[in-house]
Amino acid sequence: MNAFLTIAFGAILLIPFLNVKGKGIAVFAVVLSNALLSGNLALQALTGQSLEYVFSGSLATGPINLRLDALSGWFILIIDFIFVTGCFYGLFYMKAYQKQMNNITLHGIAFILLHTSLVSLCVIQNSIAFLIAWEIMALSAFLVVIFEHEKMATVKAGMNYLIQSHVCILFLMFGFIWVAFKTGSYDFNAITTYTAAHPGAAGMILFLSFFMGFAIKAGFIPFHTWLPYAHPAAPAHISGIMSGVIIKIGIFGILRMITIIKADYYSIGLVILTFSLISGLYGVMLAIVQHNLKKLLAYHSIENIGIIGMGIGIGCIGLGTDSYILASLGFAGALLHTLNHALFKSLLFFTAGNVYQATHNLHIDQLGGLIRKMPHTARLFLVAAIAICGIPPLNGFISEFIIYSGFYYWMQDAMLGSLLTIIFSVLALVLIGGLAVLCFTKAFGIVFLGTPRQPFNHEVHEVSSFQLVPLYLIALFIVVIGVFPQIFLNGLLLPVHLLTGNLSNLEVPFPEKIIDILQPVTLSVWAFILIVLLVFGLRKLIQHRGSSEVSPTWGCGYTAPTARIQYTASSFVRPYSKLFKPFLLSSKHEEELAGVFPTGGAYETHIFDRIEKYLIENPIAAIKSLLGKFLFLQNGKLQFYILYGIAFIVSVICIPLFYDQIVLFFDFIKQI
Amino acid sequence: MLSLILILIAGVFFTGIINRVKSLSSGRKGPDILQPIRDVISLFKKGSVYSETTSFVFQIAPTIYFASVIMAMLVVPFGSSKGIISFNGDFIFFAYVLSLGKFFNIISAMDTGSSFEGMGASREALYSMFAEPAFFILMGSLALLTGYTSFHEMFAALHIGSYISYALAILGTFVLLMISMVENSRMPIDDPKTHLELTMVHEVMILDNSGFDLGLILSAGYLKFAIYGALVVNLFIGVFPYQYSIPIFFVIQILLATAIGLIESFMARFRMSHNAQFIFVLTSVSLLIFFGALLILGKFA
Repeated sequence: MNAFLTIAFGAILLIPFLNVKGKGIAVFAVVLSNALLSGNLALQALTGQSLEYVFSGSLATGPINLRLDALSGWFILIIDFIFVTGCFYGLFYMKAYQKQMNNITLHGIAFILLHTSLVSLCVIQNSIAFLIAWEIMALSAFLVVIFEHEKMATVKAGMNYLIQSHVCILFLMFGFIWVAFKTGSYDFNAITTYTAAHPGAAGMILFLSFFMGFAIKAGFIPFHTWLPYAHPAAPAHISGIMSGVIIKIGIFGILRMITIIKADYYSIGLVILTFSLISGLYGVMLAIVQHNLKKLLAYHSIENIGIIGMGIGIGCIGLGTDSYILASLGFAGALLHTLNHALFKSLLFFTAGNVYQATHNLHIDQLGGLIRKMPHTARLFLVAAIAICGIPPLNGFISEFIIYSGFYYWMQDAMLGSLLTIIFSVLALVLIGGLAVLCFTKAFGIVFLGTPRQPFNHEVHEVSSFQLVPLYLIALFIVVIGVFPQIFLNGLLLPVHLLTGNLSNLEVPFPEKIIDILQPVTLSVWAFILIVLLVFGLRKLIQHRGSSEVSPTWGCGYTAPTARIQYTASSFVRPYSKLFKPFLLSSKHEEELAGVFPTGGAYETHIFDRIEKYLIENPIAAIKSLLGKFLFLQNGKLQFYILYGIAFIVSVICIPLFYDQIVLFFDFIKQI
Repeated sequence: MLSLILILIAGVFFTGIINRVKSLSSGRKGPDILQPIRDVISLFKKGSVYSETTSFVFQIAPTIYFASVIMAMLVVPFGSSKGIISFNGDFIFFAYVLSLGKFFNIISAMDTGSSFEGMGASREALYSMFAEPAFFILMGSLALLTGYTSFHEMFAALHIGSYISYALAILGTFVLLMISMVENSRMPIDDPKTHLELTMVHEVMILDNSGFDLGLILSAGYLKFAIYGALVVNLFIGVFPYQYSIPIFFVIQILLATAIGLIESFMARFRMSHNAQFIFVLTSVSLLIFFGALLILGKFA
């Protein structure tokens, strides 16, 4: 553990003195060695040897307990994998910015701090240390996001993120300080003992406060508003890491709180389920209408957090109803989907980064036909897109299948209220799947297929093959989880045991049950792949004999088609956006065609986030206009400011002096 | 195994019957019921033309689409005889594997860079998305009613006893029939015989497919009809012995094909903008089934 921190801080001191190449390699070396160190320990934790370590700590914090249990292990492995691949990818992605020496130094340092703090967050068991690490994580994430700080939008997005992360810390602080105030200890165990001793409302409020804090980080709706700005603003490798890992630390926080807070799990489950349903549906609904590829992906993160949340919700309900299988199905689904989402979403962001690198454009409607210029990127994007839609034979299906099984298992002995919850949750999950298909056929179809919608004044070509290595590695994992999920389910055994707590020894052990459920699914997936290969072979065999020729696309009789008459992203989703109009807030700018020989028209639509408008923008505007009334106080004249200072000092000194008189005065008034 | 053979046989004549009914009711004699299969066989023998805009996606999409339908077929049981693959939650696999096929169908349409095919792709993506919730709620209701979560066990345990369950079976038939209309892009959602690309949904997506690939797509469509027909049959046969259930299978399949033919002959296609409402109705009906299931189990007490 000490080595872990030493490497990080040593490197931070070293990096400013290296040249650009050296900086990059140093950052990668540090991330890799730290990942190997922590990953090794995490693997041990996953196989049953959890690790305890006590730092003596300081006077303020008390002894700092570090515990690397199976849950931390699972998350640390995810963090390490995404950071190593993301860092390797970033080495090449950042080549274009080589000249900005100082900027890169800061970026590298913040990157290492981010990795170190994220891994530490998984093991720290002391609330003050946890908050400090959380703050380091939030600040370093802010620094890596605003790499392109010469752009106004980037700084704005960064500020938005920074402010919201601190609102998040506020909620966490409230929870931690409350417990510390009541028990006098900052250790996480104190939370357990406190909530166990005070059943009822206390535990619930405590949990809700933590949930809100972590939900801001995870991006649950309505706490998501920072997310769609921060992801597109950051460089591609950071967006991938952010969506893959940083928001997952919020999920980790929620899961950790479930293990240490003893409260009414059934109600907690319902609360989480409600938030998750809304997040899942609303996230994908907004994702579809986005014009910016990275913003689209960012809204999809919200959707996937919703799916993970559904798993957690089922798990909690299982805990609340003492149903071990239900709890393990829910938590296993949630944990596996966390891994899956980290994989396919980072892959999507990295490939979007490739697109940006090649075209300097992320506007979906202006791209097209990239599959010819960038075949590898297109293939990788396709794999990730199928995975994120939850379609077999890739990994997204496995975790969604477990969550579905959870819902249908819960159905067996549910009463009316629960049954309605189940059926609407299933409805939502199905709709999410369908909408995701709509969204990713749009994203893939418009960006990569067809012909280029506008010419670029520079050569568009595939990124270097080294840059593709980490992406293919991620794609490999996506396929392996889809085709051989058993390997990963065995890794889930201990984390799920930890979450289901003392229910575990009641009934059947977990792995047999879930592996039982998934065995036939795996077989079917294999069968499916076999059928595809067979049909493909047959096609090869038969087509070999027939003639095959190439000709232009059928233009329905029109002989001079141009790239501009292709279907665009906006027209692809138009039937959808008409249908979902009540939920979307859209504005149109239209220039009518006029005259006998019209010259040019224009039509633009922008979609806004309704929740963001009513929950964030409008209240802020109201507060701003209220505070604006006092703007005369801030008039920029030094004399006035000195006057305010004097008035303040005088009142501070005088009010205690005259306190008695003032009290007397009020008593007098009351008597009248 | 039995279900596989039966579905394959039904797939051979299902579309033929629809076409025959349509031509008879419009006063023509019409082709014989094996004509669609002959079409497919001759397509298999033909060479193909590929658009110069297309990429590998266009090459693999029909294969994957066909394979997804075959895979879905393997899951469907026949009464007390299991499908080749049967497990808890197999209906989830059924729906999702079909959606893989749809995914590839849609992107292969986009691959041609044609303005018309993109339009069809957009409509297909939207409509099939709305058909899925109805299917999942229907299956959820059956799961609730029987306590099982695999096609085979659910259908085997389904007993038609009371009036309410008759009503449910009929509503279920309606939902499955309508889903199969949406999935196969038939009337009243889509008109397969329309002559104008602007009004097509499915047909316009496959404008550029030819030869073996087109044959695969067409035969996948025939099989899809038979698969949904088989699901409808399963609602009724339960544990009947084979000497009754196999004739019932064919009777119901023929009835369904005739019904579809009649619907197509006497109904106009809906306006495109009304389709979404129609599909919402489907979801509502399936919710009705769910409440019916609750009623039977006395959960309202």
